[in-house]
Amino acid sequence: MPKDGGIGSSTKRREDVRFLSGTGNYTDDINLHGQLYAHFVRSDVAHGRINSIGAEAAEAMPGVVKVFTAKDFEGVGGVPCGWQITSIDGNPMQEPKHPVLAEGKVRHVGDPIAVVVAESLEQARDAGEALEIDIEMLDAVVDMKKALEPGATKVHDDLDSNLCYDWGFVQENKDAVDEAIKNADHVTTLELVNNRLVANPMEPRVAVGDYNRSTDEHTLYTTSQNPHVIRLLMGAFVLGIPEHKLRVVAPDVGGGFGTKIFHYAEEAFCTFAAKALNRPVKWTSTRSEAFMSDAHGRDHVTKIELAMDADNNFTAVRTETHANMGAYLSTFAPSVPTWLHGTLMAGNYKTPLIYVNVKAVFTNTVPVDAYRGAGRPEATFQLERVIDKAARERGVSPIELRRQNFITEFPYATPVAVEYDTGDYHATMDKVLEMSDHAGFEARAAESKKNGKLRGFGIAHYIEACGIAPSNLVGQLGARAGLYESATVRVNATGSISVMTGSHSHGQGHETSFAQVVSEMIGIDANQIDIIHGDTAKGPMGMGTYGSRSIAVGGSAMVRATEKIIAKAKKIAAHLMEASEGDIELKDGQFTVAGTDKSVAWGDVTLAAYVPHNYPLEDIEPGLEETAFYDPANFTYPSGGYVCEVEVDPETGKADVVAFSAADDFGNVINPMIVEGQVHGGVAQGFGQAMMENCAYDADGQLISASYMDYAMPRALDLPMIQVDHSCQTPCTHNPLGVKGCGEAGAIGSPPAFVNAVIDALNRGGHKVDHIDMPLSPDRIWSAMHAAK
Amino acid sequence: MHNFEYVRPKTIDEAVSALSSDEAQPLSGGQTLMPTMKARLAAPEKLVSLTAIDEMKGVRMDGDQLWIGGGTTHATVARETADSYPALSSLAGRIGDPSVRSMGTIGGSIANNDPSACYPAGALGSGATIVTNTREIAADDFFQGMFMTALEEGEIVTAVKFPIPQKAIYQKFIQPASRFPLTAVFVAHFGDNVRVAVTGASGGGVFRWTEAEEALASNFTGDAVAGLSVSAEDMISDLHGSGEYRAHLTKVMTKRAVDALA
Ligand SMILES: Cc1cc2nc3c(=O)[nH]c(=O)nc-3n(C[C@H](O)[C@H](O)[C@H](O)COP(=O)(O)OP(=O)(O)OC[C@H]3O[C@@H](n4cnc5c(N)ncnc54)[C@H](O)[C@@H]3O)c2cc1C
Repeated sequence: MPKDGGIGSSTKRREDVRFLSGTGNYTDDINLHGQLYAHFVRSDVAHGRINSIGAEAAEAMPGVVKVFTAKDFEGVGGVPCGWQITSIDGNPMQEPKHPVLAEGKVRHVGDPIAVVVAESLEQARDAGEALEIDIEMLDAVVDMKKALEPGATKVHDDLDSNLCYDWGFVQENKDAVDEAIKNADHVTTLELVNNRLVANPMEPRVAVGDYNRSTDEHTLYTTSQNPHVIRLLMGAFVLGIPEHKLRVVAPDVGGGFGTKIFHYAEEAFCTFAAKALNRPVKWTSTRSEAFMSDAHGRDHVTKIELAMDADNNFTAVRTETHANMGAYLSTFAPSVPTWLHGTLMAGNYKTPLIYVNVKAVFTNTVPVDAYRGAGRPEATFQLERVIDKAARERGVSPIELRRQNFITEFPYATPVAVEYDTGDYHATMDKVLEMSDHAGFEARAAESKKNGKLRGFGIAHYIEACGIAPSNLVGQLGARAGLYESATVRVNATGSISVMTGSHSHGQGHETSFAQVVSEMIGIDANQIDIIHGDTAKGPMGMGTYGSRSIAVGGSAMVRATEKIIAKAKKIAAHLMEASEGDIELKDGQFTVAGTDKSVAWGDVTLAAYVPHNYPLEDIEPGLEETAFYDPANFTYPSGGYVCEVEVDPETGKADVVAFSAADDFGNVINPMIVEGQVHGGVAQGFGQAMMENCAYDADGQLISASYMDYAMPRALDLPMIQVDHSCQTPCTHNPLGVKGCGEAGAIGSPPAFVNAVIDALNRGGHKVDHIDMPLSPDRIWSAMHAAK
Repeated sequence: MHNFEYVRPKTIDEAVSALSSDEAQPLSGGQTLMPTMKARLAAPEKLVSLTAIDEMKGVRMDGDQLWIGGGTTHATVARETADSYPALSSLAGRIGDPSVRSMGTIGGSIANNDPSACYPAGALGSGATIVTNTREIAADDFFQGMFMTALEEGEIVTAVKFPIPQKAIYQKFIQPASRFPLTAVFVAHFGDNVRVAVTGASGGGVFRWTEAEEALASNFTGDAVAGLSVSAEDMISDLHGSGEYRAHLTKVMTKRAVDALA
């Protein structure tokens, strides 16, 4: 039985009190004295040359303070990219400038051309309509393959082509892979699209810039998942503000899903303009702006080949992917289709030879970057779809085909450069088949058939790499940052604790689960512990939250700092009890001397640290505050089996998800309720991708799913209750908590389960359909059924 | 949103005179007009709210017809026609979400004539009469194509009168994003004749599928529809479905409606 409020207990989320009672403090709730409002005037064409911007009339309008254009940003850096990829030919990727405001050309619908700053938002918008903008339309490049054709219109005139990079991995294995595929007994080939998505966090992005002339200090309040990273990128690369003069605050953030990792032009703009105008400047994205300015996710087009021997053992995998970068390189964009995707192409399987080729392409579309799962959903989708197709082609069970090829011995070094520390894939497969009552499926299918429905059973098994990442490794891979995490544990005189973590919570519940860890370690009530995050002025340099890294990396840093606290507190306790340090034990907030009945309470020790009258001053300093930076030794590798059951209405093509089960191995679990919620959210987003969401452009680069009228978001009623289990636990071997991370699993593992289920249903109904590209809308399913006839 | 003047008259006459100025526009539930204004796609100088006009509200029997005031919300219609006209109640009860239903009105929906709206199918399928401040217009003459109606400048829908069929049903297949109809069919059986109105499908807006009506008049079974086909020619083709798909859905939804009633 876990202790209430300790590790393993489903403690209710303390932050929900303020979130659910409307007393949270989001960036848009921040209003500063004398604040001005910024309105971004954005391109409504995908590609065009800016001939002129006439701002005179707009600047004369009531309340308008200034109209900014690119010329105000001469000498200011571009929005930087944080990861460099090297092409097969050894050249670095092509890296175009990403100006704060469009210079000379607009390159996607939504590209900011000018900003009106005014006393009120309505005045700024009115003036925005009065700008005289002369743009000469150019041909737009939308389709990735056409973008790479010789003579294609270039998104960036100063680059050689629209190819950002052409990456091969592992290049040394290429010939062997080609050979294995040539000699295979059977090769299953599948071409598929991983559809472009818009993250759509409930809270749109907001930035408020502030400047203090007397101290020369800048403050940016922003909707970010990683305020320190924004401080570094914006301070060092864009605006030239040293860190000690720049504070970045990311208060309550209403969902991120990746799209709030990146440094955006609007943040740099508000910070810059606040100094230029000597008044605070605020920008709040509208939902329409979010669709065309938040970095999008996914957008890969892939051909995958899976080679097998006569016994259906996987012998090789080869993929060729075109990955859309959009018009500019967003902060971590180049890493997503490469290191976060290619390294996962082994999946759960002992395929000995793997080769991944990725061509990243510039197009006249919104930049694409990490979205929940980032690269790993794309890898998992390809593998789990091609395996299903292979099973059908070979006439074997998709479950047995997977099992036969599962990795069973750990640690396991994959041919794609990573080493899985632990896992037990048969266990999660067994569990999910039990949860989903696989044995009873045929009976349910027969029942559906009676009602005129086609029932399908879809299975997917995934691996992911979380807890990004060992800094020295990612440095070799092109990252321009370290990926450690930090924590400061500040014990106050009366024993309460403030933990400053570099992780950032934007819905994940860190304030609850992180406190559980410290409570467990020290044995004091979790309510005595506060988790503080999201302000560069409060905590040490931190790298933020993404890649399911918070508990694995941030939590580990906190454990290390707490260990230092305990070690020091034991010294003080030993002094107070006149015992030897080695005999001191800490349990339930009491220090005892082994083998005696002596004890002192946690609060006595902490008080002594700050009122050091009776204190070993010759050995240790007063105070009780420790900081740790934790750099992980490896990624963590959560895995799991997911099952989806659908009923397809053959007349309309509508697929209803009737059951969904997820058996995940997250290693040790801190708060099972929060973990369950994370899986629910991830599966719902995976469902959105698989069945509903589609960010679509027309051939001219117009965004045709630019609002909720056309961009379909899943709702609670669209899904059945999701069954979640995380009892299969193979703890991570290299972090102190044995945790793996759970934030993205649902979005990674579920899309192929949904699609596999629909394809299974159709084939059981006699429709020979191999694949349908996501989202599996009724129209697409119906069309595929009819094309197959 | 641009600035505008706002008036909230208490009678139809006051509303009509307030609407006589050039740039004035009626505002009912605002569920269509407000988002358009917020997106700065419409900028009326004056909004004349119809929400305080008591004579435009309510549901009652008027002889053998059901009278619904133009300012009656979807939620009220859903609640108050549950016994008198269940098919209409079910149509109103499935529009949007609770907040849309609590604000949006039948008059606003009919006047707007969105090609994917529900009420136009209910009105045309029932053979309703649209009552305005100046005249009565048969539904057959009222809906004149996507977002086009017989309404003159400044004319307002004050009520809609529905004859009550022996049986009727509304079959709605939703567009996954907006949850408006992708294609929806209202089938009403009046004994000697049958009306089939289709919304969401055609580029020309709501229409009657007369071929099905004729077939069903003599044989009110799903099979009567099974042999028919709908041309995809004028159908809407977009991100959510091709014209062929919508034509197909027209038939499937009609057949399901009839099967449910027969
Ligand atoms: C999220 C959402 C979901 C929706 N889902 C659906 C759905 O599933 N099915 C569906 O049918 N609709 C749906 N709607 C639309 C909704 O039903 C609207 O309420 C309706 O279309 C317009 O009614 P209103 O009273 O809000 O009109 P308003 O928005 O106030 O006005 C609409 C137009 O009609 C004019 N007008 C208003 N009243 C009158 C009148 N009495 N006489 C003359 N002209 C008038 C206005 O000037 C304006 O041009 C949805 C809306 C939203 C926001």
